[in-house]
Amino acid sequence: MTDLATPSDLERGVALAARARKWGAWYVAEHRFRVMRSYLQTVLLTGIGNPLVYLFATGVGLASLVDANLGDDAFGGVGYLVFVAPALLCAAGITVATEEFTYPIMLGYKWNPVFLGMNASPLRPGQIIDGIVISVVVRMLLTCLLYYVFMALFGAVPDAAGWVAVPVAVLTGLAFGAVLMGYTSTLTEDTGQLAMVMRFVVLPMTLFSGTFFPLAQLPLYLQWIGWISPLWHGTELARVFSYGYAEPIWLTVLHVAYLAVLFAVGWVWARRIAVRRLSK
Amino acid sequence: MTGTLVEASARRDRPLGSLYAGNARSVMSRGWRATRSTNWLVVVSGLFEPVFYLLSMGLGLGALVGTVDGPGGTEISYAAFIAPALLAVAAMNGAIYDSTWNVFFKMRFSKLYDGMLATSLGPLDVALGEISLALLRGALYATGFMLVMQVLGLNLSWWALLAFPAVVLIAFGFASFGMAVTSYMKTFQQMDWINFLLLPMFLFSATFYPLSVYPPVIQTLIQCLPLWHGVELVRSLTTGAVDVGLLWHVLYYLVMIAVGLVFTTRRLRALFLD
Amino acid sequence: MPAAVITAENLVKKYQDFAAVDDISFEVQPGEAFGLLGPNGAGKSTTMRMVGAVSTRTSGALNVLGLDPDRYGPEIRAQLGVVPQSDNLDMELRARENLIVYGRYFGLPSRQVAARADELMAFAQLEDKVKAKVDDLSGGMKRRLTIARALINDPRLLLLDEPTTGLDPQARHILWDRLFRLKEQGTTLLLTTHYMDEAEQLCDRLVVIDKGAIMAEGSPASLIRRYSSREVLEVRFGSDRNAAASARLEGIGDRVEVLPDRILLYSDNGEAALVRITELGLRPITSLVRRSSLEDVFLRLTGRSLIE
Repeated sequence: MTDLATPSDLERGVALAARARKWGAWYVAEHRFRVMRSYLQTVLLTGIGNPLVYLFATGVGLASLVDANLGDDAFGGVGYLVFVAPALLCAAGITVATEEFTYPIMLGYKWNPVFLGMNASPLRPGQIIDGIVISVVVRMLLTCLLYYVFMALFGAVPDAAGWVAVPVAVLTGLAFGAVLMGYTSTLTEDTGQLAMVMRFVVLPMTLFSGTFFPLAQLPLYLQWIGWISPLWHGTELARVFSYGYAEPIWLTVLHVAYLAVLFAVGWVWARRIAVRRLSK
Repeated sequence: MTGTLVEASARRDRPLGSLYAGNARSVMSRGWRATRSTNWLVVVSGLFEPVFYLLSMGLGLGALVGTVDGPGGTEISYAAFIAPALLAVAAMNGAIYDSTWNVFFKMRFSKLYDGMLATSLGPLDVALGEISLALLRGALYATGFMLVMQVLGLNLSWWALLAFPAVVLIAFGFASFGMAVTSYMKTFQQMDWINFLLLPMFLFSATFYPLSVYPPVIQTLIQCLPLWHGVELVRSLTTGAVDVGLLWHVLYYLVMIAVGLVFTTRRLRALFLD
Repeated sequence: MPAAVITAENLVKKYQDFAAVDDISFEVQPGEAFGLLGPNGAGKSTTMRMVGAVSTRTSGALNVLGLDPDRYGPEIRAQLGVVPQSDNLDMELRARENLIVYGRYFGLPSRQVAARADELMAFAQLEDKVKAKVDDLSGGMKRRLTIARALINDPRLLLLDEPTTGLDPQARHILWDRLFRLKEQGTTLLLTTHYMDEAEQLCDRLVVIDKGAIMAEGSPASLIRRYSSREVLEVRFGSDRNAAASARLEGIGDRVEVLPDRILLYSDNGEAALVRITELGLRPITSLVRRSSLEDVFLRLTGRSLIE
């Protein structure tokens, strides 16, 4: 007959569990970083290529048309490039979010169910979600920082406080991304829902959120798109810091609050679904 | 003996040897069934993408830009300037999506072509079937978008009717070239490269602003890319600034189609029938 | 005697310097079930691909259904049914649709394909899965659907690459039953396997392949007679004591094989051999007497196990 667990075995189990309780989310993040390393090439390539391409197209291309028509101080004293750059930065945050909060989630629950494996370890479902959020924050920060460097090189950031636009862009990405993660978590099968989200949520949001032209340019019955869009709130906020865009202080507070609430709601939602899906 | 009978029939019915069984439509009909039973909504919803761009850039940004010099030197609205470009892009995207990601998946993961080439089908049947499907998708998007253009009054000339065959040509070019490139790809990372190259081409090929904003070197570079030829061709047709020089654009696409078909067939043969 | 369905003479397939198939010759007669038995990487699948006219040979002669596969690929493939090692069913289509679409690849008329598809769904015992998604089918059902698909063109020759690998025992028996029926109907079968029980069940004749070359040829029973004893005694002494014990077993039975986990004693009377071992004062932890199988033939021929 083998012995029952000795006191030292028990102690060891308790100690391991305590470590997992404390650091579990970081173990998951580490897992994600290792996965990201397999597509590091793409991360770096898009991280450097996208700002170059977009800033060139808007700053050299579109700006030449817009500034020729309206003069180079038509946007509250600044030209088109300075106006559009914060929007591009926030959109970059959103792009990372749409990549990292969709397919990795589908993968983890279903296609290559690593979440089930994590759940069989001392990790708790909520920690899996936390770990993913941590890893995405890091990637987003890296991407947005790179973007910001190119913005500065293109002369698109006149204000000294312009760097604040980077955390703003990360917050924007997280606000949208967390909700997207919640939604993705509810999917047991992808029969095109994610493609639909890209097409009917992400794309219109990118195009109609006061990004390429002020929201006021849209007819009133379309302006609501901006009001509910995290990208609009983020972009306006980033503009305040990057070139001193003038808006009432309560609106600035509202932007921050709206983004923070979306982030929190999405995060809690995703955690709840994780508990439900992994504990049944 | 049966050998000689088969030999004779093979020589008569298959001028392209074992490459082509003349049954590309069975590959198309498979694609049609698959689309119908799984993702037709996704395919159809692709119609909206260029429309969103047109509404945002054409109307919203258009108000900031005012008018632009069109192909003939006449001033046209910004919306009328970018609409034909978006039309060409729609054809390209429809064709590219089907001929790259879909083909890549079928080739590397679902092993669909292994199954097809174990039957009497040859590689050219598979290539033609898949490319035709991609082309159909491109044509579908183009038709929808042209209707939107008509409603918004952005087709400025009767020549615009010819934009339809032009768009099919563009889709054919991208589909056959896209499938050829895809057949050489081995990993997802490499597939990302395709997207990565498409983005600057989409933004820089005189789609949203005239080529004249660039220094001459960059202008020449962009004129080598396929999308620029497509945009110029379609824009000349929808604005009515037509001349014989447009045939150069047509020739460009004919060459692209031929090169794409040859490489796709050779590659499929090497991959599955070595 | 009717012409052979497959004739291979000195067949070679090289990838760069590596010879996947190294000078093999065999013949398959009409109505025969012919097996290629060997471990993973022996060259079975490469041989199958050449017979299936989807891989060109490096040298040697190959004749399938009276034709040279390198020249008449489409004509040969039109008369073949192929069941590949891993199911490549079309996940985007429903079960029956898979058969329809596949039939169309052969250029068969829609109506004929539809009727045949219904027959085959019944043959594969999948009548109630007609509209099922491929993904929702069990492993055994997918395999049967793949076989049904391979039969859509009424092939003269059916190629089966590892037909039951990865299936549970019950699913394997259902599948074997279906293949038996095909045999009874006179379909010629060429199958690869690394399971000796499968080869014994299904094959009239087989070749044992290792490292691209044929080691032996014959019916399962004749191969066992030729290369093994009637019975085998398997004994275990514990992983670190097997080697020491085997030294003392020489002379008992015809032959002794020491495997990492057990010792095999080849003898026409296994029980008698076990008695002699105990007389020597050896106490095996476990012992088992069984009939010789193709596994033993393979071990004898190559010194290695089939499944590694």
